[in-house]
Amino acid sequence: MTNGHDRSLQMKDATFNILIGGEAGQGLITVGQILSRILVRSGYFIVVTQDYQSRIRGGHNTFAIRVGIDEVTAPKKSIDLLIAFDNNTVALHQRDLSANGLIVLDEALHIESDLALKVPFKDLAQERFSNIVSLGVVGFLLGLDEELMVRTVDDFFGKKNVSLAAENRHVLSVAAEWASTHRTSSHNLAAISNTPQRLMMNGNEAIALGAVSGGLQFCSFYPMTPATSIVLNLTAHAKKMGLIVEQAEDEIAAINMAIGASFTGAPSMVATSGGGFALMVEGVSLAAMTETPVVVVVAQRPGPATGLPTRTEQGDLELVLHSGHGEFPRAIFAPGTVEECFHLTRKAFELAERYQGPMFLLTDQFLADSYRAAVPFDIETLPSVSVGTESAGSSQYTRYAITESGISPRLLPGMTENLVVADSDEHTEAGHITENLFVRKQMVEKRLRKGKGIRAEVTPPYMVGEKKPDLLLISWGSSKGAVNEAASHIRSEGEKVATLHFSQVWPLVPEQFIGYLESARKVVIVEGNAFGQMARLIRRETGFQFRNKVLRYDGLPITPEFILRELSR
Amino acid sequence: MITISDYVDYETAWCPGCGNFSILKAVKQALAARQLKPHEVLFVSGIGQAAKAPHYLNANVFNGLHGRSLPVATGAKLANPNLTVIVESGDGCNYGEGGNHFLAAIRRNINVTLLVHNNQVYGLTKGQASPTSAEGFVTKAQPEGVLSAPFNPIAVAVAMRTGFVARGFAGMLDHLSELIQQGINHRGLALIDVLQPCVSFNKINTFDWYKQRCNPLSPTYDPTDWEQAIKVASEWGNKIPTGIIYRNDRIPFEEHFPVLRQGPLVGRNADRAMLKKIMEGYK
Repeated sequence: MTNGHDRSLQMKDATFNILIGGEAGQGLITVGQILSRILVRSGYFIVVTQDYQSRIRGGHNTFAIRVGIDEVTAPKKSIDLLIAFDNNTVALHQRDLSANGLIVLDEALHIESDLALKVPFKDLAQERFSNIVSLGVVGFLLGLDEELMVRTVDDFFGKKNVSLAAENRHVLSVAAEWASTHRTSSHNLAAISNTPQRLMMNGNEAIALGAVSGGLQFCSFYPMTPATSIVLNLTAHAKKMGLIVEQAEDEIAAINMAIGASFTGAPSMVATSGGGFALMVEGVSLAAMTETPVVVVVAQRPGPATGLPTRTEQGDLELVLHSGHGEFPRAIFAPGTVEECFHLTRKAFELAERYQGPMFLLTDQFLADSYRAAVPFDIETLPSVSVGTESAGSSQYTRYAITESGISPRLLPGMTENLVVADSDEHTEAGHITENLFVRKQMVEKRLRKGKGIRAEVTPPYMVGEKKPDLLLISWGSSKGAVNEAASHIRSEGEKVATLHFSQVWPLVPEQFIGYLESARKVVIVEGNAFGQMARLIRRETGFQFRNKVLRYDGLPITPEFILRELSR
Repeated sequence: MITISDYVDYETAWCPGCGNFSILKAVKQALAARQLKPHEVLFVSGIGQAAKAPHYLNANVFNGLHGRSLPVATGAKLANPNLTVIVESGDGCNYGEGGNHFLAAIRRNINVTLLVHNNQVYGLTKGQASPTSAEGFVTKAQPEGVLSAPFNPIAVAVAMRTGFVARGFAGMLDHLSELIQQGINHRGLALIDVLQPCVSFNKINTFDWYKQRCNPLSPTYDPTDWEQAIKVASEWGNKIPTGIIYRNDRIPFEEHFPVLRQGPLVGRNADRAMLKKIMEGYK
């Protein structure tokens, strides 16, 4: 793809990019998480990108933190501070160092580099404190507040062990002291004037919290990366929030259990990835036919089959869109930020309960594991989601009463003397199996009428930039930040550019966006898959043909640099 | 006073002479004997001729997918433990398509009564072999006879120390109804495997075939004796033991959840103050 511009790939910006690399099991995630929290508590914005292999020990993993005073929304390739736990990290990432870049490493690694700050780890503390040494050195280099660091380390390890806390504090100060005598603090982050209290939260944590605030009471699951941490978060809150979280024997059981719990009145969710979701698909159809609310989270990773279990992709849009045999309405949300993970999960619960059927949330490994500084949610004032209907609607209660909206009064079994009969077969209004083809037609139309309501509640695509741009970038889901950043970079070079982002990918309401597509001189869609699945979907719904696509399917998240490079081809 | 008429008589889609009729009657008798009101009971079924049974009585019903009744029943029971949950489905549904769920439900010991209509053949799809068909059983789909060994649900259930394991026969109505009552009464998973003829597709295991063989366990039989139960569970041939073969008093699954001690999940509102506190923990 060429457009006459030779875009600079080295984006100049006010952010600072830290990459921690090493083998699985070396504690780099611990260092990454603590450092991220210190940064958020200091008032910075962050975007974390975790790149890891499907193994518990060894290999090569990284935890990257991009830091900024202003909101940061996307990962970046070039590195300002490389914290290397092994030689491999230096070998693999040295070439990405920025002009002012620095490598922090253990002098025992025997690496010769002008850019390296060699820290005598074994002289500074016992080996089990090496993570704290790293934090102490990095904290000094970045100019982070020492008391805040101590408090954050204490919070991470728990304050109960007083001697451990004292030891951590000591090691932090020894490490900072060493750093101060060996390096001027030339990598200080820009000072923050006010430090609003933000949450350090990743996409999956926000989904779990959003689900609970949306009324979730039951979650059944079968472990699958990158969805598992959603469920682990729910499990962590289960006792306090009165939830039941059950590990099922397989994904088929998981979705059927969720449907059973929801049928009896407990708002339910399942969370899985593509392969697990493939097993759930018949259950999706069951939820639709029995008109049972259920929220399905699909955290995408590259397929087909087992694919790349720990990497990212946006390859399951078409799977989720077409999942389940037969015809029924659905909504598919694709959050682009941690805040959207929270709010759209809530919305999925609202729609599932209101329209009595399966609703979907499509996220991916990048967003799942990406910590951000999020503005706290207004938990107390959020409306609660109501479950079932108060009244039977008529004297002779029927679960599938034909209504204009398609929504039938939903009583919960055992909660009144009315009987609730649900059937996966085509059924009468009373819920009993039928082969009356007139009734069949009525029931199809009733179920599809609910689609009107779902359509009326669509979260419209979000437009940023000039109304009639020379270049319009289209995106959906987790690439939101990268696309917006690429656009502002292009804008800074004087081009008229806009972005249009879909946080809900189904249903599409063409009137909401076709005008933008048609009035742009050039339209480019950015997707994390090889087909351009969203491009195909928009074409199917509107006839609009995308000539230009930026597609990434190597397992890595879409970055602004990637978009700029592809655009300049 | 609840009587069998509270569970109503409906027209069915079964073949005349089907074993399902007497099983349905035994179920209604058991519900009436237990004085359960229709709205207190939830039937969960899958797909097959047996799975239609809940449509022919008056109760809450979730007629789901083939093989998946146990997970639905488990979710339903966990969300509302006040419901009496009964799974009613066939041998293909529970032992074939739903085999993994059968094992998992036993391990959980969820307080659900599992009523399996076992006619050793697939009726709804017109006569293919089922997991319990005898070796050599000839069908249109298995013209050379079934090559696989039959699944013995009783032996598996006893080996896994299922809370309650019983075998009934559709031709012993009162005995069967008594087993169902006891199964409902049992706190934990109660398997009742019910032998029944299929008049259309199983010309071997006929009503008379079962009648000659089904043999109630002696009144002195002790179902808490696991080693004896293992032996009895593998008996199959000229004499087929019926009755409660094994039982124990393992704690039912749902009782492990402290959150359920305050009653069903249904209708509770999220504790917003607590949720806010949890959120603050991410700062």
